[in-house]
Amino acid sequence: MEKIDSLKNIVLQVRRDILRMVHKVNSGHPGGSLGCAEFFVTLYNVILNLNEGFNMNGDGEDLFFLSNGHISPVFYSTLARKGYFPIEELNSFRLLNSRLQGHPTTHEGLPGIRIASGSLGQGLSVAIGSAHSKKLNNDSNLVYVLMGDGELQEGQNWEAIMYASAKKIDNLIATVDLNGKQIDGSTEEVMSLGNLSDKFNAFGWEVLSLDKGNDIEEIILTLNKAKSLTGNKKPICILMKTEMGNGVDFMMNTHAWHGKAPNDEQLSSALSQNIQTLGDY
Amino acid sequence: MNIFKNQGSKDTRSGFGAGLAELGRSNPNVVALCADLIGSLKMEEFIKENPKRFFQIGIAEANMMGIAAGLTIGGKIPFTGTFANFSTGRVYDQIRQSIAYSNKNVKICASHAGVTLGEDGATHQILEDIGLMKMLPGMTVINTCDYNQTKAATIAIANYKGPVYLRFGRPVVPNFTPIDQEFTIGQGVLLQKGESVTIISTGHLVWETIIAAQELEKEGINCEIINIHTIKPLDEKMIINSVKKTGCVVTAEEHNFLGGLGESVARTLTLNHPSPQEFVATKDTFGESGTPSELMNKYGLNKSSIIKAVKKVVLRK
Repeated sequence: MEKIDSLKNIVLQVRRDILRMVHKVNSGHPGGSLGCAEFFVTLYNVILNLNEGFNMNGDGEDLFFLSNGHISPVFYSTLARKGYFPIEELNSFRLLNSRLQGHPTTHEGLPGIRIASGSLGQGLSVAIGSAHSKKLNNDSNLVYVLMGDGELQEGQNWEAIMYASAKKIDNLIATVDLNGKQIDGSTEEVMSLGNLSDKFNAFGWEVLSLDKGNDIEEIILTLNKAKSLTGNKKPICILMKTEMGNGVDFMMNTHAWHGKAPNDEQLSSALSQNIQTLGDY
Repeated sequence: MNIFKNQGSKDTRSGFGAGLAELGRSNPNVVALCADLIGSLKMEEFIKENPKRFFQIGIAEANMMGIAAGLTIGGKIPFTGTFANFSTGRVYDQIRQSIAYSNKNVKICASHAGVTLGEDGATHQILEDIGLMKMLPGMTVINTCDYNQTKAATIAIANYKGPVYLRFGRPVVPNFTPIDQEFTIGQGVLLQKGESVTIISTGHLVWETIIAAQELEKEGINCEIINIHTIKPLDEKMIINSVKKTGCVVTAEEHNFLGGLGESVARTLTLNHPSPQEFVATKDTFGESGTPSELMNKYGLNKSSIIKAVKKVVLRK
């Protein structure tokens, strides 16, 4: 219980980081970032087996890839709060000469990032490649990837989904952030994804449903279940329902905050709903 | 004067296959991926000897590029194999983001480049790939001319860290590169010294250049021949020094004159030593069905086009 409280505190601080980062530069993607705050914090602080420091090859540790790179604020905040780089650097998000580019990249050498993402649909393939690499190296650690739901409209994902089961990639856990929203509206309106559980099943994946993707205890349970299912000659998918804009009342139940920053007044209201726990950067 | 001995004509793609097989034995980190074209890419030997280091991706090139990028994380050196068209245009954004921008150590190996792919026609004959690849920051672009050079290049790029585009082809062409010639990325090969004109050629046009120069010699036109196998980074020093001496240049390549070797040479000379230049290349057109030699003739990618270009450019000095 104490552990959960400490994770909740990190989530509160990560939410503040996200809001302050996008507000400062009046750009970026707060909605999806807030929706995945609990997932990121739990993944990095409970689930992943991580080495001290950062090296690109990630030998002997679990690896995580973010495919829907536009939710970079939650990724950056989580990495900084985990100690990958100084938290003050969050101040440089999207600024000229920053390592914290609008979308994550290896190009500026930011510790914690292993692939550029932003142009959608590419992360699952990369994760599969690194899963192959782990097996060739006899490294029993796992590879995790997060994808957006709207992102599944990109065809490359389905090449990768077909491949992963055909080639029995069983050291991979792919999570889909099912917030049901994309830039132009709901995924249902824009381009229905149909029954994703049936689709992944039909493609030969082990599918787990995480209906409370903003509940830390549920996230831990599901990710641990997923881990226990690895090594069974099947790739594993978690369909994680989240609330876009979670933790900020006026950002929830709408797709409006996909790629829009709050103004001063909105920031103040949003921050008042999320108290400082670890200290602002 | 014939120092260019054909050691027996072969296809450049077989040079790739032989180089890859050798890498399979010498470098345990080398892995190979293919999108359903094992035979065309001559990858059988590597696969037979290293089945666990080969990944058959199926007809899914975008996925292949992503998987290759991921394999580098963990220290593997992936060689992807498919036709040039499907190695570049089809997967440009995957290469751009997951490989070039992410600076991944992937070797994109592309066969059947240009019109010499032949009868399959324009859907499969890419003439824009050098341009596409050379525009990507950090991408090394290599187009080899014969079996020995392709084999040597394949081995050399495994020892270079960074993304590489290696372009070769289907037709059987003379194999004249000495078997012991070292392949140095970014270094031109001075094939013949001359005074009247510099001919800079790459890929399948190199042999055509050699035989063109022999005919021109009889007419008193003395050609300096440079084989540029690495289009990026370009051996600017060798090019500038040569053209300073000869005063004019012809470039020859099996590629569109927009975006190819010729433009890279023109840019180099414009900045350093502006000189008359003629281009032997396709002229902003798609290819079509036909035999490789018919197509090379129709699109002006042969000895006689080079001779014509040389005669024109020497008058412009």
